[in-house]
Amino acid sequence: MKTIGFIIQKEFKQIFRNKGMLPIIFVMPMVQLLILANAATFEIKNIKFAYLDHDRTPTSRALLEKFTASTYFNVLTDYASGKQANSAMLKGDVDVVLEIPPYFEKDLMNDKHNQLGLTINAIDGATAGVESVYVSQIVQSFNKNIRTELMQVSDNLVRPIQITTIPSFWYNETLNYKTFMVPGILVLLVTMITLFLSGMNIVREKEIGTLEQINVTPILKKQFIIGKLFPFWIIGMGLLTIGLIIAKLVFDIPIVGSLALMYAYTSIYIFVVLGIGLFISNFTDTQQQAMFIAWFFMVIFILMSGLFTPIESMPEWAQAITEFNPIKYFVEVMRMVMLKGSSFTDILPQFAKTLVYAFIMNGLAVWSYKKTS
Amino acid sequence: MMENNNVIEVKELTKMFGDFTAVSAITFEVKQGEIFGFLGANGAGKTTAMKMLIGISKPTAGDARVAGFDVASEAENIKKNIGYMSQKFALYDDLTVKENITFFGGIYGLTRAKIKEKTRELTEELGLKDLTDQMVGSLPLGWKQKIAFSVSLLHEPKIVFLDEPTGGVDPITRRQFWEMIYKSANKGTTIFVTTHYMDEAEYCDRVSIMVNGKIEALDSPKKLKEQYGAETMNDVFLKLARG
Repeated sequence: MKTIGFIIQKEFKQIFRNKGMLPIIFVMPMVQLLILANAATFEIKNIKFAYLDHDRTPTSRALLEKFTASTYFNVLTDYASGKQANSAMLKGDVDVVLEIPPYFEKDLMNDKHNQLGLTINAIDGATAGVESVYVSQIVQSFNKNIRTELMQVSDNLVRPIQITTIPSFWYNETLNYKTFMVPGILVLLVTMITLFLSGMNIVREKEIGTLEQINVTPILKKQFIIGKLFPFWIIGMGLLTIGLIIAKLVFDIPIVGSLALMYAYTSIYIFVVLGIGLFISNFTDTQQQAMFIAWFFMVIFILMSGLFTPIESMPEWAQAITEFNPIKYFVEVMRMVMLKGSSFTDILPQFAKTLVYAFIMNGLAVWSYKKTS
Repeated sequence: MMENNNVIEVKELTKMFGDFTAVSAITFEVKQGEIFGFLGANGAGKTTAMKMLIGISKPTAGDARVAGFDVASEAENIKKNIGYMSQKFALYDDLTVKENITFFGGIYGLTRAKIKEKTRELTEELGLKDLTDQMVGSLPLGWKQKIAFSVSLLHEPKIVFLDEPTGGVDPITRRQFWEMIYKSANKGTTIFVTTHYMDEAEYCDRVSIMVNGKIEALDSPKKLKEQYGAETMNDVFLKLARG
């Protein structure tokens, strides 16, 4: 349609003429991708580890040796008393304190039951849990070795049968955290930029007074909305492209699935976000209001997207809410297609829901844009 | 349905915001080709009344027909037949003169060829030839207002609504502006204009004066002055507005 063409032409001119906005649109997201992909990791490393060795025998030293050798622990200090260790924990100087009891070696030799004291700073429960697992894995493996040594000495008793699991990690063999995070962060950037731009767009015209001028023209609502949306749709697709190039070149993220499928899904997804943005724009009077509301939704969408915390572990009511979170679907689809090589049939549920969502949001955006008050 | 050549017919038009009556049952007609002055103090209800006539505000009660269409039910048809220029300057500052003309011409449905022709015509008339590629934001206010007026005429509307078009503009530019108004009125365009400048009221064919949402006086400036025994429109206005 001719009229839409005139609007698109005007919007593009305004976007590319705005010297303040251009870097915000194109440079900032890329900087964020580069920084966040390296920083946002849940791998727990460099745990500040301290110990109290009341035994001071070759065996206790051998156990501590194991911790020193581990890449997860920074063995810091050897505290003489529990008091010192406690105050260090309070100050935040240590995360984990291991206490080796007196007669540790002797008890082991005599095949007596033995207990190690372990204190963990559990302000962050998830981290504390992981740290506890790390410690017990080290202690167990130490346990196994020491027992085999002892058994050799003490003849052939019945050897304990051991069950071991051999994990094979699929889709991300090296357990590279970036492989997991980069597609998700890319999703956030595309969403954030398109939501904020569209959210502030119509309200900006309200502020400068040009919207009234538009409302006095015979332009159709849908022409106006489509003309407004299209440039941001192009920008969103452009961001996805730049992001994918960075993911491949800088982070060497495998792109297993079909690029065409990713683009097809994203093209619909962006409409959902733009619809939400315009909807916000129609209900606000100033750009500040629009920005705050957009942020409100953005924070909820991000934290409930499954990007940082698994949706499966949320309470059921929260899981129900995530059904309305477009970012959740986008994160799922990107991870599935990029890392697992999922096909169209695999992502069909997400695809269908996103499509319906797009229709609803844009319908609401057109409906809520009133030329007459 | 329209008797002879009235292009605006307003009957008992009312707008309420909650309990507050902004426009209270106003009635008047405007003939084709007329320059109709719509006066009133700040807050008298001029802009609200005008917004109903241009179809961006729904009346609470009463009827109004503009260019033969009903403002409540046929607002979009009205918009095809009117031009509008508001006191809040409404061209895009970050587009050039030419781009503004192209955009507004485009959304009024003009063809590219027609827009080109109009751009040439308009810039020649305004003596703007060297400025067509300048950002509108960089032009002085007087220029902006003249361009905005010309843009509101691009689609050759039957009626042009001007909401305080000369606010903040120097006397010479105001004079030029009114010359432009006369020129388009001579071509048969009806002009509906609000203003605070009483010397401008003298230029109008007929004038209505609104006080507290009601039209208190409506006639030619000459007759109004006789009726109120006043020397100038300024005195008429002061007598009425003070009550």
